[in-house]
Amino acid sequence: MAQETRNAYGQELAKLITEREDIVVLDADLTKSTKTAEAKKACPERHFNAGIAEANMMGMAAGLAASGKTVFASSFAVFAAGRAFEIIRNSICYPNLNVKVCATHAGLSVGEDGASHQSIEDVSLMRTLPNMHVFVPCDQYETKAVIDYVADIKGPCYVRLGRGKVEDVFTEKTKFDFTKVKVLKKGTDVVLFAMGLMVQEALKAAEELEAAGISTSVINVSCLKPIDRKGIVKALKGHKQAFTCEEHSIIGGLFSAVAEIAVQEAATPVYPIGVEDTFGESGKAKDVLKKYGMTAENIVKVVKAKNKKK
Amino acid sequence: MKTKELQKHASSIRKKIVTMVYDAQSGHPGGSLGAADILTTLYFEEMDINEENLNTTARDRFVLSKGHVSPALYAVLDEKGLLKEDLKTFRQINSNLQGHPNMNEVPGVDMSTGSLGQGVSTAVGMAIANKLDNVPYRVYALVGDGESEEGIVWEAMMAAAHYNLDNFCVIFDQNGLQIDGNVQDVIGPLPLKEKAEAFGLHTIECNGNDFTELKAAFKEAKKTKGKPTAIIAHTVKGKGVSFMENNYAWHGSAPNAEQYEQAMKDLEEA
Repeated sequence: MAQETRNAYGQELAKLITEREDIVVLDADLTKSTKTAEAKKACPERHFNAGIAEANMMGMAAGLAASGKTVFASSFAVFAAGRAFEIIRNSICYPNLNVKVCATHAGLSVGEDGASHQSIEDVSLMRTLPNMHVFVPCDQYETKAVIDYVADIKGPCYVRLGRGKVEDVFTEKTKFDFTKVKVLKKGTDVVLFAMGLMVQEALKAAEELEAAGISTSVINVSCLKPIDRKGIVKALKGHKQAFTCEEHSIIGGLFSAVAEIAVQEAATPVYPIGVEDTFGESGKAKDVLKKYGMTAENIVKVVKAKNKKK
Repeated sequence: MKTKELQKHASSIRKKIVTMVYDAQSGHPGGSLGAADILTTLYFEEMDINEENLNTTARDRFVLSKGHVSPALYAVLDEKGLLKEDLKTFRQINSNLQGHPNMNEVPGVDMSTGSLGQGVSTAVGMAIANKLDNVPYRVYALVGDGESEEGIVWEAMMAAAHYNLDNFCVIFDQNGLQIDGNVQDVIGPLPLKEKAEAFGLHTIECNGNDFTELKAAFKEAKKTKGKPTAIIAHTVKGKGVSFMENNYAWHGSAPNAEQYEQAMKDLEEA
């Protein structure tokens, strides 16, 4: 089945808010898009609209958390992580407050709205903040598990969610351990580290690469911080080449996270597949993703090119 | 508490402020001295903070949105007997008395502040939490007039009024000065009363260096139901130290030995 991760978020949050009285939800005039409208329906008295004022929403979230609440604050990634960045830094992360920034419409897959709304730097921004945990789930089941997981963490968390439908990678029965990277496919030649909707693309690419004689591993990195250093080192050492696949700038996101470890711990070269140092543009999500290389086809192309050189 | 006693505490607090900044050779004496009477009134008259409830949220809380006047907050907590730290360590390495206050290091500091405008926004969140929990505790936030140039201050006002937070009281410390000079010369954030009113707050103007007027203002704020209150407190930056009064040069600089001596003499005579 295919489902939007933001939808899974909305459903899980609606469940949590009825189960737990400590949960308060904030939104900034995007309740129907971020899907916090579900939580509002379930528990209107603990859902607050900040209006189109993301900075103040994050400040209010900090104050609520300082009063013992577990706060979920949602907007589009570009406004949550971007516009409100310095409030998240100084009023949430520095005092280590219990706020879950759940940002939807991340990445190029926003589509038609274009570059102003396509956040390609949010993971980079959030990953650099002390105390912050960063998660990028790839399908509906992992999203629900991440939301449950962050609700139990005492401290700031960032969850990156998408606008469009993504195919299931997992099932209802999957057990998740977010302290470890998840090996989805085991090969011997190259390893693809992927996050978000690029996990599905990496899995498709791996099949094609196998057919072409390149034995490929696929690893889902859904917790970018704190990252499973051991798991990444093990994967790097077990392969001749590594590739990172992300719907995010290649500066500061998954590529950086893996490369930071690789330069210290392994001789394996790491190559980025992601948004080059450029903004996106308007178009149908699948057209934008294709143009900027966020496809299985492009992963295959890049891996084959690097393999030839060997 | 009698005005005379409040004055005694305020005078002691001012000496602590000047001494802290002198010892550290760093800090913000002007705004700290100007706001000293507001903090004295809050901590010795209005708020129910004490040794027993210090580490809880089951009490009135105060957010120093203008976090750079941390000497005033540390000094008032010290004067109350609630501060464990040695004021001499202010702004020194390995001290809990950070240049801008950290809520996790100093009991009684209710929010980490320093980046202007954010404190008042967090205070609105606290007031919402108190409403949700149906507890009677009030939330106070001190905002500078220069600080009110930050847009988030007005986003917070809008939210406070929209959610009818009558347990929330924002005090605008209107000393008329900011780092680059007179607030009206820099960008012109005034008038604050009309702005706050337009945003849906009940407003009160008072002399922020007069205990009788401050007490009356807080009393009126507490009585005001259905909407938050903004107190526009007119203060003198550098109040009590002759050469610092109304001089923006003392926003963020420390006195030398000679100036320190003069300052302590001024405060002794006051």
